[in-house]
Amino acid sequence: MDSLPLLSLITFAPLLGMALSLLLPKGKDDAVRWTAVVFTGIPLLLSCWVYLGGADFSAGGMVPELTEQWSWIPQFNVEYFLGMDGLSAPLVLLSCLIHFIAVFASWNIKKSVKGYFALLMLLEVGVNGVFMALDFFQFYVFWEIMLLPMYFLIGIWGGPRREYAAIKFFLYTLAGSVLMLVALVAVYLKSGEGDLESTFNILQLQSMAGTWAFDASTFLGMKFTTWIFWFLFVGFAVKIPVFPFHTWLPDAHVEAPTPISVILAGILLKLGAYGMLRINFPLAPDAFAHFAYALAILGTINIVYGAYVAMGQTDFKRMVAYSSVSHMGYFLLGVAAFTFTGLNGATLQLFTHGTSSAMLFLIVGVVYDRAHHRNLNDFGGLAQKMPYYLGLSTVGIFAAIGLPGMSGFISEAMTLLGAYEAFPVLVILSTLGILMTAAFMLYALQRVFLGKLPDKYADFPDLTRREAGTMLPFAVLCVVVGVLPTFVLDVQGPALANLLESLNTAVGR
Amino acid sequence: MLPILEGLLPGLESVSPLGPSAYLWLLAVPLLPLAAWMLQVTIGRFLPRQGDWMPTGAMGLSAVIAIVHLIKVLAHWDADFLLASAQDGYGWRFFFTAEFPAAIAGFKAGILYDNLSAILLAMVALVSFLVHLFSIGYMQGDSRYNIFFSNLPFFTFAMLALVLSDNLLFFFVFWELMGLCSYLLIGHLAQDEKEPRMSAAWAALKAFMTTRVGDVCLFIGMAVFWVNFETLSFHGLYTATADHVAANGWESWMTFGGVMMFLGAVGKSAQFPLHVWLPDAMEGPTPVSAMIHAATMVAAGVYLTGRIYLLCSPEARLVVACVGAFTAIFAATIGITSFDIKKVLAYSTISQLGYMICAIGVGGVAAGLFHVITHAMFKACLFLGSGSVIHGCHHEQDMREMGGLRKKMPITYLTMLVSTLAISGVPLFAGFYSKDAIIGKALERSQESGELIWALPFWILLGAAAITAFYMFRLIFMTFHGTPRSKHAEHAHESPWTMTVPLLVLGFFAVFSGKFWLADPLHAVSGGNDPWFLQLVQDPDLERWESGHVTAAGGLGGHGALAEHHEGEVAHHEHYVGAEAHHEAMIFSVLAAGTGILLAFLFYFWKVLSAARVAASLGGIYRLVLNKYWIDELYQVVVVRGTMKFSDALFWIDRTLVDGLVHAVAGTMRRLAGLSAATDRIVVDGAVNWLGETTIAAGQATRRIQTGRIQQYAYFTFAGALALAAVVLFDLI
Amino acid sequence: MGLTAYLVVAAILFVIGLVMVASRRNLIYVLMGLELILNAANLNLVAFNRFNPTTKFVAGQDVPVLDGQIAAIFVIILAAAEAALALAIVLNVYSLFETIRPDDIDNLKD
Repeated sequence: MDSLPLLSLITFAPLLGMALSLLLPKGKDDAVRWTAVVFTGIPLLLSCWVYLGGADFSAGGMVPELTEQWSWIPQFNVEYFLGMDGLSAPLVLLSCLIHFIAVFASWNIKKSVKGYFALLMLLEVGVNGVFMALDFFQFYVFWEIMLLPMYFLIGIWGGPRREYAAIKFFLYTLAGSVLMLVALVAVYLKSGEGDLESTFNILQLQSMAGTWAFDASTFLGMKFTTWIFWFLFVGFAVKIPVFPFHTWLPDAHVEAPTPISVILAGILLKLGAYGMLRINFPLAPDAFAHFAYALAILGTINIVYGAYVAMGQTDFKRMVAYSSVSHMGYFLLGVAAFTFTGLNGATLQLFTHGTSSAMLFLIVGVVYDRAHHRNLNDFGGLAQKMPYYLGLSTVGIFAAIGLPGMSGFISEAMTLLGAYEAFPVLVILSTLGILMTAAFMLYALQRVFLGKLPDKYADFPDLTRREAGTMLPFAVLCVVVGVLPTFVLDVQGPALANLLESLNTAVGR
Repeated sequence: MLPILEGLLPGLESVSPLGPSAYLWLLAVPLLPLAAWMLQVTIGRFLPRQGDWMPTGAMGLSAVIAIVHLIKVLAHWDADFLLASAQDGYGWRFFFTAEFPAAIAGFKAGILYDNLSAILLAMVALVSFLVHLFSIGYMQGDSRYNIFFSNLPFFTFAMLALVLSDNLLFFFVFWELMGLCSYLLIGHLAQDEKEPRMSAAWAALKAFMTTRVGDVCLFIGMAVFWVNFETLSFHGLYTATADHVAANGWESWMTFGGVMMFLGAVGKSAQFPLHVWLPDAMEGPTPVSAMIHAATMVAAGVYLTGRIYLLCSPEARLVVACVGAFTAIFAATIGITSFDIKKVLAYSTISQLGYMICAIGVGGVAAGLFHVITHAMFKACLFLGSGSVIHGCHHEQDMREMGGLRKKMPITYLTMLVSTLAISGVPLFAGFYSKDAIIGKALERSQESGELIWALPFWILLGAAAITAFYMFRLIFMTFHGTPRSKHAEHAHESPWTMTVPLLVLGFFAVFSGKFWLADPLHAVSGGNDPWFLQLVQDPDLERWESGHVTAAGGLGGHGALAEHHEGEVAHHEHYVGAEAHHEAMIFSVLAAGTGILLAFLFYFWKVLSAARVAASLGGIYRLVLNKYWIDELYQVVVVRGTMKFSDALFWIDRTLVDGLVHAVAGTMRRLAGLSAATDRIVVDGAVNWLGETTIAAGQATRRIQTGRIQQYAYFTFAGALALAAVVLFDLI
Repeated sequence: MGLTAYLVVAAILFVIGLVMVASRRNLIYVLMGLELILNAANLNLVAFNRFNPTTKFVAGQDVPVLDGQIAAIFVIILAAAEAALALAIVLNVYSLFETIRPDDIDNLKD
């Protein structure tokens, strides 16, 4: 344990897999696939081990034996600094799981298999890196690494409007990361004022927040931290995505191949939220406290607006995409509430939405593979031919609705309970979103599965073993977290308690 | 290892008059059907008879356990009996992690077992078991038989667990799970392999969405109390509210929270204006209707209203009473005009639920809950009886196509007649006692307050009682008397034993669950001593409670019994109803029932009067009632269409405005890029090119010196040297 | 007679060499002129060294500095090497262009 750089392994094992798969001779598609299985499997096993007992997250801070810190670019005090705490651990686990399953879900990708899986593994490097990077510079590097494969995965393997979707995704995210870059440099330079050495170390920056000299300093008439806050916020909000930066999401989802949608909804959206929790709020706690109501309003808009727009969709996948917009709103609402329950619920929402939305996109993928379209009004009666598919879809859809016993309920209930204290009106408004979610999800379920089976669908086979296998882990996680939420809460709780305490201290509450 | 498992499985031990390991046994009551559900989902298809015996058996076992415990509780006979596992330190902390603020750190979800939950638990388990048994006969030949038998025990599990919950959160969890089960069961026929019924799917969706509106309100109500008291356990809330009221009086947020929670019950118990789902829920197979109407869903709403009664401010209680009273009369009128045998029963359920809710609103919590129990018995019997009729008539549901079934289906007829007598409030039958208690309570309340608004419930309930008696006998006469009016009715046959045995059991309870009058015929009629239920479950003592004299409470709370026992006092309880009001009310209610029954005889038995003529003379009013006051259509237009339009509008905004903005930004960027490209070409590149051209010109100009003759170069060299020398010598620089 | 006489001789030599380099129509003479220029420089070096003696303190005693003489020796050696190299070039030029008139060889301008 001491000698093994676990986190680096989790992060970079897929890179090795990428190199290996690129070295394989042409035409060995199966070998490429199995390489991907192995090299996304390694991080999954390691993160499982870390999560299920290899590490003790109860202290709340970074787990000491899981931090790796080396100097990287000493001239600028840039470090190679990976670490894991209760906040990142569930997300890393989720990321590893989703990428592993995405590999299986990609089994029937035929177009240049080698490039596809290589990019997929590169994507995992970026995602895992972001979740574990504790050096802002390194964080940013991983953040950008992630962007590139996603662009190609949508732009090459996507649907008919893939170029449009890919470029939209890319530009949106890039615009966000440019703002982040500005904030990054600004914070770096500010941290060196006085007799201090400039640093990118996130933990150090966090500990400076609230006390550091530039809290009081202004720039163009606005407090410096306010600038930092909004620059970072927009950078991360694009990723979440927060209204009005959300329109890339439905397009990207609709055009992306199923496994990429799974990754996109399951884990990429969580990066923005994670960034907010790790960097945005701790670095500018006073601005966060000051603008909490605005964030809550944005969150509520996300919830209600996303749900209503989803209601009007006829494209199954676009509907699920808008439901993601709606569900991610809970995160903002819960976090903005500044209460332990709300924060916990909001963070849990990342995990639970990761599992349920991944499952929903797999569900859409199954029906799309068979019918080659996603028009909800054109389906019907599939329940008769595909009972197993119906069963798993019901689980997925009810998990998304937030039925008790499923994971979504816990996070949404905690979020709303926690947020009610601070924003009663907004919570009451956002319950409209709950209602609408149930309505459009069940309406979709009804249109796909119930009623008369059109003849053209009469020969649809039920789920293959591979398809069922990709959905089952998510279904199990939905139920496990729904019944035993402490599976995640006990891990993230201490870290969030620390976070809340430091935020409260910083703003003098 | 696995710290997440810690605290999950505490060693459950006994602490009660129920003997050792009471909690484990009680836990088994809901867990048995849950286990049956799991097995049925996974391996049910492969079992002989598609595994129908397994959930039925599990339900039977769980009913036995529940009843045995009920008998123990009855033997104990203490109005303040209370078994709360959280107080004994056993519980499940669920999502309340250890880092919670200290005030909530101790919160654990546990079992609450008092007289009320004991009775309800036994009732639910028993009725559910009978419904399971009935379904074996009724659902024979269904294409999704095994699925039906997996959803049914899950439904029961949710209800049983709900009854045992000691806190609102878990209550809500199982409450919602029931919503899921009702969705699956009402929509059962939508997935029929031979003829999928879309109407069933729509009904299921409607039921789920309508009740979910209530659920969301309940959640908001929960949140209101949660943020103020930081607890969700019933007794914690009682105590906190009592303290708060004693200190500050009732505040408006408490009214808001109370009404919101009550709206949850409005959804689940199908009260106006969220009643629309219940009649549509008849799309489900009849056993499911019986389940929903008697044992599970709707009872949960009333149970909730009873449990949160102490959290409701006087204003909230008034809302409860008004909603209940209005629903009682409103649904009853619709019941008169319906021809579908199940729809009549559905509206009668809504009306009866209105009774219970109204009773709770006027302060007769115990009376209302008593009616839940008796109503469950006779309503389950009526539904299963109607199921038997429908089964016998080859799935004919229109009463106009029936008639004369009395001889062909004697057991069904007998049990349904008994239940009809019970629901009509004929003395000696179970419904009489509970209904009487409710009306008595309403009268008492109106006399107490002397305000007109509190007098309304009494008269409305009385009117509803008359109407109930009328349409229920209308049902009996149209179905069982006269001559068969269709081929189906002529060829009707009695149902198999799995269907008649539940009818007989329920019929028995429809007679005796109010008061076991065989044992004491005299007291039974005179009402000389209270029915058993009202002795065991008593109305909360509001005045005592509001003055904050409560630390821990038994039953519905408010008695402060435990505290008093500790103080060495003997608890004293008043009778549930002022004796005078009680007798007065009894006369009224018997009169009302008699009027209704008499009218039914006049119209449908002796046919002295013609229903058609009366209907014709009423004209518009009749059509209004026949069409259920157009409420469904109103909702369809306003809510459903409105939502659709709104969502389309928002999508338009998304596409045109938000995305339009994005595209505008992108377009602007492209134009800017064009501009900068032009700048690049003209300004930047121009400068570079100019420099290059100038350089070339200069080179061309100077290349002439380059002759290639070395001697010339030597001149230049020398000249250069000379020049340098001159510079140095004459100090030119 | 002093330094001036040496310098005058050297200047005459230099001018002769220069004129030869600039005006002769034969590369061999040009080379010879070059030699004259070098030797004029040598004469100057030696003369300056002789008439401006300096010493340097090395190993406990004053030692005369002979840089001029040594430079002259270097120049002589270099001139010898240069002559050999230049003659070889001239031979090659002749075999390539069939002439050693500098005026006819103007390929360097390209």
